[in-house]
Amino acid sequence: MKLPFPLLPPNASTVATEVDILYWFITAISAFFVVLVAALVVIFTIKYRRRHEDEVGADIHGSLVAELTWTFIPLVLSLLMFFWGADLAFRLARPPVDAMEIFVVGKQWMWKIQHPDGTREINQMHVPAGRNIRLTMGSEDVIHDYSIPAFRVKMDVVPGKLTTLWFNATTPGTYHLFCAEYCGTNHSGMIGEVIVMEPQAYEAWLSGATGGPAVPPAQAGEQLFAANACATCHSGQPGAIGPNLGGLAGAAVTLTDGRTVVADDNYLRESIMVPLAKVVAGYQPVMPPFQGLLSEEQVMQLLAYIKSLKPAGPAAH
Amino acid sequence: MSDVSQPRNSYLDAPYGLASWLLTKDHKRIAMLYLISITIFFAIGGLFAAGIRLELLTPQGDLWTSDLYNKLFTLHGVVMIFFFLVPSIPATLGNFLMPIMIGAKDLAFPRINLISWYLYIIGATVTLAAVFTGGLDTGWTFYTPYSSVSSQTAVTTAAIGVFITGFSSILTGLNFIVTTHRMRAPGMTWFRLPLFVWSNYATSLVMILGTPVIAITVLLVAAERALGLGFFDPARGGDPVLFQHLFWFYSHPAVYIMILPGMGVISELVAAMARKQVFGYSFVAFSSLAIAILGFLVWGHHLFVSSQSIYAGLVFSIITMLVAIPSAVKTFNWTATLYRGSISWQSPTWWVVGFMGLFTIGGLTGVFLGTLGLNIHLTDTYFVVAHFHYIMVGGAIMAYMGGLHFWWPKMTGRMFSDAGSKTSAVLVFVGFNLTFFPQFVLGFMGMPRRYHAYPDEWQVLNVLSSCGAGVLALGYALPLVYLTYSLFRGAAAPANPWGAKGLEWTIPSPPTTYNFEAEVRVDEPAYNYKSTREVHVG
Repeated sequence: MKLPFPLLPPNASTVATEVDILYWFITAISAFFVVLVAALVVIFTIKYRRRHEDEVGADIHGSLVAELTWTFIPLVLSLLMFFWGADLAFRLARPPVDAMEIFVVGKQWMWKIQHPDGTREINQMHVPAGRNIRLTMGSEDVIHDYSIPAFRVKMDVVPGKLTTLWFNATTPGTYHLFCAEYCGTNHSGMIGEVIVMEPQAYEAWLSGATGGPAVPPAQAGEQLFAANACATCHSGQPGAIGPNLGGLAGAAVTLTDGRTVVADDNYLRESIMVPLAKVVAGYQPVMPPFQGLLSEEQVMQLLAYIKSLKPAGPAAH
Repeated sequence: MSDVSQPRNSYLDAPYGLASWLLTKDHKRIAMLYLISITIFFAIGGLFAAGIRLELLTPQGDLWTSDLYNKLFTLHGVVMIFFFLVPSIPATLGNFLMPIMIGAKDLAFPRINLISWYLYIIGATVTLAAVFTGGLDTGWTFYTPYSSVSSQTAVTTAAIGVFITGFSSILTGLNFIVTTHRMRAPGMTWFRLPLFVWSNYATSLVMILGTPVIAITVLLVAAERALGLGFFDPARGGDPVLFQHLFWFYSHPAVYIMILPGMGVISELVAAMARKQVFGYSFVAFSSLAIAILGFLVWGHHLFVSSQSIYAGLVFSIITMLVAIPSAVKTFNWTATLYRGSISWQSPTWWVVGFMGLFTIGGLTGVFLGTLGLNIHLTDTYFVVAHFHYIMVGGAIMAYMGGLHFWWPKMTGRMFSDAGSKTSAVLVFVGFNLTFFPQFVLGFMGMPRRYHAYPDEWQVLNVLSSCGAGVLALGYALPLVYLTYSLFRGAAAPANPWGAKGLEWTIPSPPTTYNFEAEVRVDEPAYNYKSTREVHVG
């Protein structure tokens, strides 16, 4: 029998089934305890109902065995759920290294998407099935949240930093995309569609998607790098005012205060927007901040460009 | 059942006049002032909820504008949490009963008790002023930078209102703690205390330790908004996620401020209605403290998808699992208390049975949300909405209603319609499940919270939910009728209408101003039913 309305979400990613199995496992345990407590309460209330006015209950004070039993059993079950859920969460949190990167920018009240070849779309995200996809996400204003229930994934999109989300879609089709963190007037209109396509169909869609020629993000980043005269200091030459950016992404960096940090997306972003927050050892704190001058999208493009640089630096690119 | 005639000078009658109420230092009168105030705010919060459920009858978002809808759910949350749920049981039943249950004439600081009511009223008035001067659309969670930079509504005014109200809560907590330590009658040792006192004591610890943090946090939001200081706005060097840490450091423990007193009420009601010692008294007592302490260490489970480190998430997830244990222990102990009890089928039992079912579902669905990998799919959806309503409405308000009926004869000196109370309990139970169970299903399908419009395929479940809200409203409106009626026409209540143990049942209904005419001396444990009755069950 098929109901005229759904009671379950579509299952369209590799993790969806894993999440669902955990969900139904906890549901089964919960149902058992709800039925147990409800049945006991109802049975006791009926069986031990007061039969005459002066009656009192049996003189029972407690039982250590009982207390330990109903402490220990829930403890074991909840720890099982914890480890199961933690294991799943680690896999959800760590994008595979081979993932294709798509940029997402949230702003009141729309989602802007950019594909690796530079193709853009708004409130729609076309993705190929069967491929690991990592979203790098930023916000232009308040906190949003990129939620795709059919994939069982969601992640906040937070101003002032970049966040990531990954999935591997299994089933071609059209699925809901929601903003799941309240963001003001048109929050419930900040929605869209995720369209999962067969890989060939996705390639075909890319080639015919936009009117003008698409500029890949790294190339757009290179243009920004030139337009903002970044190479004046980040020339890659010995004795340059700023550090060499070639091979920087993902490397360990020593700061003036002696700390060592990994130059991940958020470090690079911060070093562009608020450069004086973490200055590399051996350099003067002279870089001007670009906060307010660059959009999140432009920062993502600059990051793509910086990641594309060979260790020799911009000059050799 | 002992038959005590109406006292000539009950606290209600001596002295007369409005000024004697507004300047009273009697904890019982202050409890009644709170009772009237929170009932008004419950009704206001309920009206906002009605606005939400009416809009969600259709998927299009066609009844109100988006801005009005956003204000409705925000104000529903703000009013229900800060002006109804947080003060509900402690400030009414707690205020009335804490001194009596320990054999004291009043709370330790009667004047501070009155001040706390005035602070509540001032805070509530300021917040209502925000409603009429632009409203509030940030959600009750005030997340930054939306609240501090983006929202066009009266955030600063509302923040000040919440700030002031916080002090009311702090003062009540302070009063309860000192009272419990210093005012116990001779012989009223810690392990003879009624469990309602234990749970209010634990609640008070949370109130005085947590509330200052929310007060400071909303003040920081107001400062960022009004003075342009950068705390949470990344454009000014702030960190928006820092706000969430500060906010939930109070607001998660605040959940326990709302439910712990309810647990105390249930412990009392289970014992009285089954005429039996609470099973595992010390486990129930200490589980309240365990909840209060562990409750401070789980705030990060609200931040699993906020970009918080996954390692922090791990720690918060496992402590969340641990905090579920004392709640489970309580539930099993209450159930075991019913075993071989002498269970009355009068109406307080009906509220207790409803509580047991709803609270168990509420608690277990919290485990779903505490599970890291599952939280990601469920958080920010209607699953969360359903979960916390099962705890706060199904748990805390069920307990509040049960307690209100149970102690109503003591507080007012009048009996109420038992049939009315049973009808109300059934309506609330049925209406509540109809309203909120479909929301678990909607949440698992991914329907986000705070959505003015939603996809068409979810309409059927939303209509069910809205219909349930209608039944629920009826269930809450009914007591207004028969309880008000009982005030004027109800039969005079005897001192101990339920045949229950506890000091409050040894004094007249309603009590005299100083509660006890003679010095109180306690020489038996709480719920010592075996000492007084002849007939025992099997």
